[in-house]
Amino acid sequence: MTARPAPKSLQIVSAFGEAPIFKAGDEVRIADRMPVGHYRVPRYLRKKIGRVEAVVEPAFVDNEEEGYGRNAGSRRHYYRIAFPMIELWPDYTGSPKDGLRIEVFESWIERV
Amino acid sequence: MTHTEHDHDHNEHDHPHAEINQTEKPTYYDMLETAIRELLIERKLFEADEIRRQIEVLDSRTPALGAKVVARAWIDPNFRKRLLANGRTACEEDFGITFYDDTELIVLENTDKVHNLIVCTLCSCYPRPVLGLPPDWYKLKPYRARAVSEPRKVLAEFGTTIPDDVEVRVSDSTAMVRYLVLPKRPKGTETFTEEELADLVTRDAMIGVVEPKLENGSAAHV
Repeated sequence: MTARPAPKSLQIVSAFGEAPIFKAGDEVRIADRMPVGHYRVPRYLRKKIGRVEAVVEPAFVDNEEEGYGRNAGSRRHYYRIAFPMIELWPDYTGSPKDGLRIEVFESWIERV
Repeated sequence: MTHTEHDHDHNEHDHPHAEINQTEKPTYYDMLETAIRELLIERKLFEADEIRRQIEVLDSRTPALGAKVVARAWIDPNFRKRLLANGRTACEEDFGITFYDDTELIVLENTDKVHNLIVCTLCSCYPRPVLGLPPDWYKLKPYRARAVSEPRKVLAEFGTTIPDDVEVRVSDSTAMVRYLVLPKRPKGTETFTEEELADLVTRDAMIGVVEPKLENGSAAHV
């Protein structure tokens, strides 16, 4: 399901936001925003640093915009992001191997 | 639908059960739902039959569907590979399971190194196309908050102990991805048929709060 890059000879330019900005392996931070209203990023993720595990295909409308009936042109990618539990919960008492995976929309992700 | 008097004939049976009554008063949200539903129908945004139809869609999805998917993955390595690569298309192509809610499905494979658990901290996202409606505890705040912050304690309360050298990996569903746990096939089931294997797979095993077990009675083949 991954979008294939067009052969160079065709000179096809993808539109802004059409291709995923991040790729598997990228280290990323979740934005520290507290919007009023509908959002899809749990609070415990704010400012936390994780690693992109996979790009979720296909691109999808921004659920936060869609909640207000606005979705034209807001199609972007979700990313499956991996966090160690100790990054999320400093006093985590389970095994240090434990981790969390979550899908986060592109507009919430910052490059570290 | 309240029957206050019981005056109709029972030709086929004679009262083995108590009369079914709705005695509780509707709550604030019950009334809100009725009011909005009636308004939307009145404005012709949808029809009553569409609501009935959607309930029918939901009722047709049960954990038995998911159990069939899991059992197939246990016996068919090729299907397992496709299921892990893209859960949605594998379910669509091999079982005709439609994803009416336009969600993607990631199937999470339990191994000797990783135990998966699913949750939706924000609300009640759940692989409804494959499993039907979630259990009540899945939608309540204690599970939603604790599954991400102290998963091993939550698992222990379900009677599941995961060794420390096995990673507990929690997947929190927030938007358009749903998860289904592919549990480990229990030992001692080598001679089981696909149907017998499916009988071992419970809803809770596909959420990841328990591991499928061989009940005493089902080990007849061994």
